Amino acid sequence: MLGWSEGGQRRGDVSLTYHRLNIPSTTRLVRVKGHLVSDMANPLRGEVIRLYKNLLYLGREYPQGSAYFRERLKSAFMKNKDVTDPEKIKKLVARGDFVIKELEALYFLRKYRAMKKRYYEPEK
Amino acid sequence: MSGRVLVGVKRVIDYAVKIRVKPDNSGIVTDGVKHSMNPFCEIAIEEAVKLKEKKLIKEVVAVSCGPQQSQETIRTALAMGADRGIHVEVTGKDYEALGPLQVSKIMAALAKKEDAQLIILGKQAIDDDCNQTGQMTAALLDWPQGTFASEVALEGDKVKVVREIDGGLETIKINTPAVVTADLRLNTPRYATLPNIMKAKKKKIANMKPADLGVDLTSRLEVLRVDEPPQRQAGVKVETVEDLVGKLKEAGTI
Repeated sequence: MLGWSEGGQRRGDVSLTYHRLNIPSTTRLVRVKGHLVSDMANPLRGEVIRLYKNLLYLGREYPQGSAYFRERLKSAFMKNKDVTDPEKIKKLVARGDFVIKELEALYFLRKYRAMKKRYYEPEK
Repeated sequence: MSGRVLVGVKRVIDYAVKIRVKPDNSGIVTDGVKHSMNPFCEIAIEEAVKLKEKKLIKEVVAVSCGPQQSQETIRTALAMGADRGIHVEVTGKDYEALGPLQVSKIMAALAKKEDAQLIILGKQAIDDDCNQTGQMTAALLDWPQGTFASEVALEGDKVKVVREIDGGLETIKINTPAVVTADLRLNTPRYATLPNIMKAKKKKIANMKPADLGVDLTSRLEVLRVDEPPQRQAGVKVETVEDLVGKLKEAGTI
């Protein structure tokens, strides 16, 4: 991570940080554990965490059980934890979004087929 | 026209759960059992939200009658796109006796109070399978009804409804305000994802009691007994085709 500032800086000193670290003022700075840090290294961190939470939420309804799903979800994310290339991360996140769509389709089809079987005459 | 649509959503035992009858045959086990929104109610909400997205109506109000947990069902409806919710609190013995008659009285009172243009309900609930609430609500309000809808189209101050009936499909045109009940093929309900649930937390759910609406909840029905359906007879295995033919002849089927 580039651009660690001295700890415990006041909020008003953000502009000084840009100057001191000699980084363009367009770089986003975020506060991590009291330090101002450049977000350039992992701007996708938020997206990855969001993806994980969304998948975890969807996994509650998984046919083989939410514990089963959670195990596999965790190991799938852990397998890629050292990936740093933003392009690769974006591709993996896109794959995660695709899995979300597949799960939604799975849940819909299961429900639709169950309702059709219970409430409608089989088509001749 | 107010452009407001009321959608009733019911909290039922999840469709995938295996139902168990209580040992004393007084009812079914509900404690600790997974509940979710009735699948036909999901279709009703989806239709209302679709109408709003097409800018044909202005506001979708999700209504649920039941105990505190009914609010979760309303939250799901809000996550699917409803604008606000109304929770009509019914608990204890009143909740056990709550059926289509009581709910339709509540829906009728709310429709007048909220000046609703349209009421969309699921055609039936998967727990009691009554298929009555929509019809009763329309009768109480003296509104036309389009039930078992597989297609709904708003045309000015009228609604065109394609209904699934035994013989096939029937297309009717009814005046608004009206009651429509949703059938399976009406639409594909969207999934209430986590981001949508988070966004829906800002939406309001109003709380009220049936007494506030002047509704009497007395039931005219009494549940005497609940039993499991008869067990399926075990199948018989046969060795040869001749055996099969013999058995079928015995059973009188050929």
